[in-house]
Amino acid sequence: MKIVVGHLYPDYLNIYADRGNIAVLTRRAAWRGHEVEVRSVSVGEPLHAGEHDLLYVGGGQDREQALVAQDLAAKAEGVLEAAADGAALLAVCGGYQLLGRSYRDFHGDELPGIGLFPFDTVAGATRMIGDVLLECELEPGDRRTLAGFENHAGRTRLDPDAQPLGRVVAGFGNDGESGWEGCRVGRAVGTYLHGPLLPRNPWFADWLLAQALAHRLGEAPQLDPLADDLELQAHAVSARRAETRGGRR
Amino acid sequence: MRLALPLAAEVAVAQAAGRLSRLAGAGGGTTVPGKLLWKLDPGAIDRLAARLPLGSAVVSATNGKTTTAAMAASILGGRFNLAHNRAGANLMSGVASTLIHARGAELGLFEVDEAALPEVVARLRPRAVCLGNLFRDQLDRYGELEHVAERWRSAVRELPPTTALAVNGDDPQVGELAHERQGAIVFGLDDPHVARSSLQHAADSKYCIRCGTPYEYAAAYVGHLGDYRCPACGHSRPPLDVVARDLELNGLESVGFTLVTPAESRRVELRVPGLYNVYNALAASSLALTLGATFEEIVSGLGSFSAAFGRFERIAVGDRSVLMLLIKNPAGANEAVRTIVDGGSPAIAVVALNDAIADGRDVSWIWDVDFEPLLVGLDRLVATGDRAAELALRFKYGGLDPDAIDVVPSLERALDRGLELVPPGGELVVLPTYTAMLALRKIVADRGFARPYWERAA
Repeated sequence: MKIVVGHLYPDYLNIYADRGNIAVLTRRAAWRGHEVEVRSVSVGEPLHAGEHDLLYVGGGQDREQALVAQDLAAKAEGVLEAAADGAALLAVCGGYQLLGRSYRDFHGDELPGIGLFPFDTVAGATRMIGDVLLECELEPGDRRTLAGFENHAGRTRLDPDAQPLGRVVAGFGNDGESGWEGCRVGRAVGTYLHGPLLPRNPWFADWLLAQALAHRLGEAPQLDPLADDLELQAHAVSARRAETRGGRR
Repeated sequence: MRLALPLAAEVAVAQAAGRLSRLAGAGGGTTVPGKLLWKLDPGAIDRLAARLPLGSAVVSATNGKTTTAAMAASILGGRFNLAHNRAGANLMSGVASTLIHARGAELGLFEVDEAALPEVVARLRPRAVCLGNLFRDQLDRYGELEHVAERWRSAVRELPPTTALAVNGDDPQVGELAHERQGAIVFGLDDPHVARSSLQHAADSKYCIRCGTPYEYAAAYVGHLGDYRCPACGHSRPPLDVVARDLELNGLESVGFTLVTPAESRRVELRVPGLYNVYNALAASSLALTLGATFEEIVSGLGSFSAAFGRFERIAVGDRSVLMLLIKNPAGANEAVRTIVDGGSPAIAVVALNDAIADGRDVSWIWDVDFEPLLVGLDRLVATGDRAAELALRFKYGGLDPDAIDVVPSLERALDRGLELVPPGGELVVLPTYTAMLALRKIVADRGFARPYWERAA
């Protein structure tokens, strides 16, 4: 089956291995006989709801983030409709921040967000940098860990009834205080973990693929298991890094 | 309370600490004396620098600062007695250590870390500064590129009025600094034949630094370095003073070009390969010009230059040789890959990824490197270092059959595995990150094949 991925602003938001995440989705789909087609949706290009099974928004530096913020406001309706229509979505770091309600940068300037996720972000004086380990339960009863790397000045404060992506086992997370990381609304997930998230967390890559397929099929299919020894080895090293040297709260 | 020691006593204490560090086997003692002196009395560094009769010259860049400084040393070494941090200890402490051991030196020649540049130039008050390029590098340590560029701008503004400045005009952020200083020398490349067909993934400064519109490139050479122009506001590459034309890339062996200065023009043959080394040669030539070197000295200094520490080194190991090219960020690694492939695709390669502070703790940058050209003709990859598995994934998802990958975290065993796969008389390509390079050199040195880095001559 064909899975259409809409990659938002690949030429602006690509600072942390974002193309690695796309490569993982593409290969893991192909190994199961599915074809991923990646369509770039950049500044000035329209986003049509219903066209994509999965939307991807990567991370950028402040400068690039400011350059796309205005354009994203014009695409807000398209993104919100796509999510409401059941498309999967992964937003990382800068992209994650822009999908909240607002982002106030270090100079006090406020960038508008599109409000897909129920949170506001304010840049702090220090950056939160380091390895991170999360515990997630995206499907009831199925607890998994995500290992990654975070590097952000933004403090993201979730609304009280918002659903985080996971609980911080080691590292800073959304704001360095709450103990939560990321945000989830249905099949849409946002996170600060870049470094590169999907290669070393294959279960999460497969979860996203299943959600994208669910947009086509109505429900998430069971994907065939793959030989993931290298992935699990990388995950173990990364998780150990987070435990020994991840950011301290 | 600070002890009021005279400068000579402070220097003696610091030197003794360096000898102790070496005796204790902690390395070359290239930073210990400087660290100590900096703690004792930071002002002592300023006074030591002021004792150099001909002052100091400083080189900084994300990529190429060690090689540029080594090329400048090759040009200037015949005329001046240099104090040069050639082993690459490029923070304030490394510069201070070099100054401590600089008895009899006339001119200081220092490569300086991008982030350390503001403090180093404030203390050294150099007579010449050469700035090469800015690429994304270790975002976990340096922060965003924009912040480093901003710190460079203010450092340049605060330079003494007599300080000469040489900048790479092909880098939009760096070339712009020429406007900060009258008489700045601008260098760059002018040969569309060696340009890339499109901007690389690792290009960083792609958007006009004045208005944010994507630049149009008449030629893109390395990352975002090239002949750019903003179609909206017209911001463009400044006119070049020192130029390389008519390049001839000879695989892994050498690169030739015509060096053009306002006064003269001559053919130069570099005994190191790659486009990026032409940039280094242009930077070194521009710096040497500001220091009064003759065109003759520049051409002969570049011609006799062989290699800088660990950047591009051939080391004979028994009946095989090891070709080591440092990789540390996407733009630099892309050029290492391009250079290797130009010299003939290797069947065996050892790639080493460590994640210590000096390598960058965040290893995500490997996904922004174009390793794919290396896959053509590659029979076996030995992935090594602390993050060997992560590296293996980069190649697996890049299209290499996982069965063609050996994951061997131990550097020593990985090196042996690589050597065993290469036939006698053959050459093993090794691409290590910084601390992996140091460790691999030590392994080879311990076997008696290369000298330890603190003993190495230029």
